[in-house]
Amino acid sequence: MGKKIHVSTTINGEAVEFLCEARQSLLEIIRDTLTLTGAKEGCNNGNCGACTVLMNGVPVDSCLVLAVEAEGAELETVESIANEEHLHPLQECFLEGAALQCGICTPGFLVSAKALLDGHPEPTEEEIRFELSGNLCRCTGYDKIVRAVQAASERMKEVK
Amino acid sequence: MRDFEYKAPATIDEAVTLLAERGSEARVLAGGTDIIVQLREGLRKADLVVDVKKIPELMSLAWRDDGGLDIGGAVPCHVLYNDAKVINAYPSITDSAKIIGGWQIQGRASLGGNLCNSSPAADSIPSLIVEGATCRIAGPGGERFVPVQEFCTAPGANVLTEGEMLVSLTLPPAGESSGSRYMRFIPRNEMDIAVTGTGAWLRLGEGGETVEEARLALSAVAPTPIVAGEAEAWLQGKPATEESFTEAGDIARKAASPISDMRGPADYRTHLVGVLVKRALNGALGRARGGDRNPVIPSGINLC
Repeated sequence: MGKKIHVSTTINGEAVEFLCEARQSLLEIIRDTLTLTGAKEGCNNGNCGACTVLMNGVPVDSCLVLAVEAEGAELETVESIANEEHLHPLQECFLEGAALQCGICTPGFLVSAKALLDGHPEPTEEEIRFELSGNLCRCTGYDKIVRAVQAASERMKEVK
Repeated sequence: MRDFEYKAPATIDEAVTLLAERGSEARVLAGGTDIIVQLREGLRKADLVVDVKKIPELMSLAWRDDGGLDIGGAVPCHVLYNDAKVINAYPSITDSAKIIGGWQIQGRASLGGNLCNSSPAADSIPSLIVEGATCRIAGPGGERFVPVQEFCTAPGANVLTEGEMLVSLTLPPAGESSGSRYMRFIPRNEMDIAVTGTGAWLRLGEGGETVEEARLALSAVAPTPIVAGEAEAWLQGKPATEESFTEAGDIARKAASPISDMRGPADYRTHLVGVLVKRALNGALGRARGGDRNPVIPSGINLC
């Protein structure tokens, strides 16, 4: 066991402190130490996006971030997307459109898609496919995911 | 992953001192999208990881009085392609930044990291070369400057010696009547490593009909990214037309000495140089004449 390092960070709006080794990824700490198990370990090398979280508002693969780098950062995980009473429109549309099968990639897609719609509320299909290319899905063939993001974009427009 | 010591110095001097003291035991961490994978997979080793993202010069975009730009070595790609001024001045660089990995990679990965990783297929290096970038390097002996085309020495290797680090990439002012474009060929639309890549930059003469000066750089066709010097020289003074660009592509193919690997056979890569040089020059021409400079999202049959 290496020397433990103390890290203070903010996760989903709450101040959080943890101890980690320098070699540990942010994903390991989020899942194993902080028990926020929404983010998934897929490839563990930055290809699949199943571990996507927002770091200071920007989507990152948490498997490619050292946990010590989270010092002072603002992190958001998939657990922050729904509120206590309601699912987010993206989550509703993923469910209604069956935009998942095994579900391992879904948390990553939700975090990326929310970041996309927050910055760009009406993306074209082309833009959705390009901007979500850092998230891999081996079940759906992507079409239903793209349709769900389009449906959520429509729904979010109506709510406004 | 084997444990290591982690330091995040606040100044270049501190970082250089650490790197010089620990020599080959130390590795620089910028965005981490290459080095963390390499450490995890045992491809590289480190007893000390020096995170350079707390050093202001490494994280800043600094426009100089002469109109040029210093890009901090660890500035992530997404900062570049979300900056209208950078897009307007150096469009080939933002083309590259927009296609290195996906959004999650672009949120962390930097051009400096892409350069120091020194892959022959690096997407940002041809763009940095054609935009005329110079590396500002800090080391125990002080600072030195190296043009990007002289930085890489072999696959995964470069001119940095123990104790040295890349501080920033210095770009000259973008001239009038000029434009640039980076294109790569991959068999899909995104998230892949270039089979071949091409950066093109040109400046048009008065009237906008002739090429006054051209720069061309190629990736994944040699042990390092290379300059297609003969094609550049040939283009000088030629009409800015499809015919000239096709001829330039034919000449540029002679500079390629690719290997065959899982991404493509050597003769196919050489063929692609001709195609990409022509298309990238056309893209650069459109921009030099006032066309859209935003990064192009590849889609459908418009593969590159």
